[in-house]
Amino acid sequence: MTTLAANLRDRTAVAAWTREHGVYLALVLLIVYNAIATPNFVTVDTVQLLFSQVPPVIIVSLGMALVIGTGGVDLSVGSIMAIASAVLAKFVVGGTPIGVAMLAAVAAGLLVGVFNGLVVAFARVQPIVATLGVLVAGRGIALVITGGALVELFVPFFKTIRLGKFLGIPYVMIVAALLAVAVAFLVRRTAFGYRLLAIGGNRRASVLAGLPVRRTLVVVYAISGTLAAVAGVIATARLRASDPSYIGLLMELSAITAVVVGGTSLNGGRVRILGTVTGAILLQLLESTLVSHNAPDSVARMVEAVIIIAAVYVQRPSRSSR
Amino acid sequence: MSTPVTSSPILKVTSASKRFAGVRALEDVSIELHAGSVHALVGENGAGKSTLIKLITGVYHLDSGSVQLRGEDVAFDSPRSAQRAGIATIYQEVHLAPQLSVARNFFLGREPTRLGSLDLKRMNREAGEALKRYGIAADVKRPLGELGLGIQQMVAIARAVESDAGVVIMDEPTSSLEPREVDLLLELVAQLKAKDVAIVYVSHKLDEVFRACDTITVLRDGKLVSTGPTKELTRRQLISRMLGRDAAELEKDGRTKLAGHKSTIEGEPLLRAEHLNRRLILEDVSVVVRPGEVVGLAGLLGSGRSETAKAIFGALPLDSGEIEVGGKALTHQTPASRIRERVAMLPEDRKAEGIIPDMSIRDNIGLAALPQLTKAGLVSRKRVDDIVRTFMTRLRIKAAGPNQKVSELSGGNQQKVLLARLLCLNPRVLLLDEPTRGIDVGAKAEVQALVAELAEKGMAVVLISSELEEVVEGSDAVVVLRDGAQLGRLVGDDISEDKIMDLIADAASERIEAEK
Amino acid sequence: MTAPVTKRQKTVAVAADHGGREAARARARALTSLISRNGAVAVLILVVVLGALLVPTFGRPDNLRNVALAASFIGIIAAGMTFVIICGGIDLSVGSTYALATIISAMYAPRGSFIAVLYALLAAGLVGLIQGLIIARWRLPAFIVTLAGLTGVRGLVYYITNEGNDHPRIEGRLVFEALGTGSLASIGTPVWIMLVVFAIGWWALNRTPFGQSVQAVGGNQGAAELMGLPVKRTQTIVYVVSGLCAGLSGILTTALSGGGQEARIGDAYELSAIAAVVIGGTLLSGGVGSMVGTLAGVLLLFVIQNLIVQGANLNSYVQQVVSGAFLLVVVILQAVLSRRTGTSET
Repeated sequence: MTTLAANLRDRTAVAAWTREHGVYLALVLLIVYNAIATPNFVTVDTVQLLFSQVPPVIIVSLGMALVIGTGGVDLSVGSIMAIASAVLAKFVVGGTPIGVAMLAAVAAGLLVGVFNGLVVAFARVQPIVATLGVLVAGRGIALVITGGALVELFVPFFKTIRLGKFLGIPYVMIVAALLAVAVAFLVRRTAFGYRLLAIGGNRRASVLAGLPVRRTLVVVYAISGTLAAVAGVIATARLRASDPSYIGLLMELSAITAVVVGGTSLNGGRVRILGTVTGAILLQLLESTLVSHNAPDSVARMVEAVIIIAAVYVQRPSRSSR
Repeated sequence: MSTPVTSSPILKVTSASKRFAGVRALEDVSIELHAGSVHALVGENGAGKSTLIKLITGVYHLDSGSVQLRGEDVAFDSPRSAQRAGIATIYQEVHLAPQLSVARNFFLGREPTRLGSLDLKRMNREAGEALKRYGIAADVKRPLGELGLGIQQMVAIARAVESDAGVVIMDEPTSSLEPREVDLLLELVAQLKAKDVAIVYVSHKLDEVFRACDTITVLRDGKLVSTGPTKELTRRQLISRMLGRDAAELEKDGRTKLAGHKSTIEGEPLLRAEHLNRRLILEDVSVVVRPGEVVGLAGLLGSGRSETAKAIFGALPLDSGEIEVGGKALTHQTPASRIRERVAMLPEDRKAEGIIPDMSIRDNIGLAALPQLTKAGLVSRKRVDDIVRTFMTRLRIKAAGPNQKVSELSGGNQQKVLLARLLCLNPRVLLLDEPTRGIDVGAKAEVQALVAELAEKGMAVVLISSELEEVVEGSDAVVVLRDGAQLGRLVGDDISEDKIMDLIADAASERIEAEK
Repeated sequence: MTAPVTKRQKTVAVAADHGGREAARARARALTSLISRNGAVAVLILVVVLGALLVPTFGRPDNLRNVALAASFIGIIAAGMTFVIICGGIDLSVGSTYALATIISAMYAPRGSFIAVLYALLAAGLVGLIQGLIIARWRLPAFIVTLAGLTGVRGLVYYITNEGNDHPRIEGRLVFEALGTGSLASIGTPVWIMLVVFAIGWWALNRTPFGQSVQAVGGNQGAAELMGLPVKRTQTIVYVVSGLCAGLSGILTTALSGGGQEARIGDAYELSAIAAVVIGGTLLSGGVGSMVGTLAGVLLLFVIQNLIVQGANLNSYVQQVVSGAFLLVVVILQAVLSRRTGTSET
């Protein structure tokens, strides 16, 4: 009887640990695997390549993590990226200095985010449906802005974004890292973060405790929109073009996956920023691993599916009271 | 009358034990149910009645012990398998589907079909007949949710009764029922008894227990205190067994500690909520409370007590009404505005509306006082720690530490965490909705003592409790509600359970007169 | 305690509750759902009539037939989705499952109609079964599981088409192609099949024990469990239904087009299906919904798209904007309506 109880306790302890730290372990294992099995893996080039590819996903995932932390979801991030890209192109083609154009693009993302927040918080529409509507409409808007065509952009600053490095680390990665730190600080040390987690943990209780729930929600979706726009700008720079029908496609899925794999709970109330970043890097590395082993894209997708399931399975709340 | 108890039991539970996260909910409890006999299961909140029932019906699994049905060992892994084996359960809350019709609900899970299709004609006919037989007149084609809670409960009961079960378990079946419906229910119980069904009657309404049950089992703190025939037990003996206190002690100490501070009530009302109106929910309800006064809201389930408290707290929109705190009129219906005026509310459903389950005790307590604990947008860790430490000690919150997740605490401690959250605001008006529901006896006494202390210090308290006794003994004035309307206000010596029940019953008969 | 009462008084007393507040509140709830559900139908009729009056090319019979035909593929998928959503879940994988069935039915066409259809349905059903089991037994969130399904099955589709390079075609004529290309009373067979699917769906939802279970589980899973309903079984089955519907739609697509589809077909179909269901008055929270509403929702979506193309002669991008905006307007109205009648939780 006692050994059974002891085993159970151990099992739940192991389960709890995996829930919290599984994603880090997975990343370490993947790195080790690559170090052994992939030629030329442990080189500066590999790391730099990874760090120049992963930032957009990281940045979008940060915003997504906040939204999911409130118990919602933002399906429109991909379309927001497209809108930001389209706005950027429009301004650049119109002759505006690049700095202003980028600001305009980010502002566009902010506006869409605010809209999402208003619909969710004030009209009380469920986040999945509200952001679904914006996903559909948003991409259309992006296409309308650029007239549907791909717009090539010749901007010198884009080269800096694409290739610039500081101490060997790509600028974009530094930006992503700084944003991650900022968001983590926001969640853990500020009153705003406290409110965010409370709302996600129990919205009704938060209302009854006098928290400004609606205002907080609007801000959360606004942040998500802004971050998505930043990612859209980076993606546009990388592409040297604005392609509204392609930029940000399926990004919401990648972001949600990174967030969930990283330990943030879909029900809200628990946000793991470091886990989210690790999740994003893990997924990116997974893709490149499969590529370098000549595994076709299709296999990558199937593996990703299995990983998502495994991640949520591991994070199941322990079966209470049965 | 009842089957001689010497026949072998239909259902036998032996040495059942169950733990939840280290808390012993049930320890070595045994019980025998006989066909044609009504067996009462009584005990305070947290005594283990619910746990025992859930173990029998497959909702929980036994840690140790056994259950035998008709002599054979059984271990139900789900409510479904228990039902299949002939154990029907009626719960305090109606668990039927409000969007479906009465007839559909009546046959939910056991629908008669013709060629795979629901035999609606037969369903409507048989449901109508069955309900008529039980004295319930309802249009079986209407959605269940359109009927009053009382009738919904009767339909749930009828469904369980009609299902040919060998054992019927009733868990607090009368909380939503009016006196007349209670009579109907007890007649039903008598009918079942005549059909040789074994009945378990869980209730804290001792009148009903003595009226309808043959045997009484008393639980306390998860353990079995006694089992024996009803006629060999007096009320006082029963109560003392339930509470674990000496019968004489009870006589002397009769009143719960909420009362006893009448001398300190004086002055202008601290809370004035008058003519509260909300379409379909509240009709001209008024609550006025002076400093140091405890005003109780009494009524059956669904009478609008919680809604009144929520309306006062700004958590329920109002069509019209005036609310004043300390003479200041409050015009915005938001909880935040109330908190600013130092009005605090303890919600009825602490799981759904109170605690943030995954957050620590610390964060849960500091939640409502966030503005005071923040500087320039940053949360001041020190201030939070100080306040949390103070209240954890003062309220004797038992936990591994302030960082423990609130979901891991017992009901009583969770309730204390919520109270700490309210007290952080240094409130002058306290709205308490079921403050002692579902917590163990010890914590209950502590909470009651705390409330008395606060009232003594001049706080205005509105108290809601489904235990009429608690309201009666703890209030200086009682407002009686029914169906969202105010029936009357009783003060001082007028306050009694009988008077309250009479008010409620009279209102029902008035309605009948009007409809004739 | 209470005075003795006669039996008659007791009966009347209990019936008197019909006038109570709780009752009136529930009547309001029913009204909201009714408005939502019939609202879609009403708006559909309104839009069709107005459209026919304002845009001459729209009202022409062959145009209307085309719209119905185009709508039938998403329509069948949406029928299955309705079950899932009423049961309290969601299925994001239908677009990928649809693609899987499209490709498989084309791939196995050389083995004859029966095999082609059977294998496609089996594959689609299997996808639904696996997801249903994971959701019901492991109690993982449906959103994530079907998201994984969306990714994984799409990967599978690319895998079997050689990374999207193969576009299996049907050689020669096959029987089951008639399902796609045939017509009855000059209305395409897929439309009729869609109507049959909705009719069966209506029957299953409203006239079978299974349907009762779906509604009860979607309304309150915990309560349904306590009432002894087969919760896990019901939850698993609805995903199988959804998969099969997506599969059927895929088969019809191959039947109509003769194969040759790209591996990325069906992309974002799940969004349209969900939109149709929501517009039709089914609540995403579960428990309440209607097949008729979904049918109206699907037709509405395609009618509006068609009107934009015919009438305004705007490019397809604006179409997208309008579709999205329309969905938003509808759900906002639904939310506001439910608050106005005091039926939503504050």
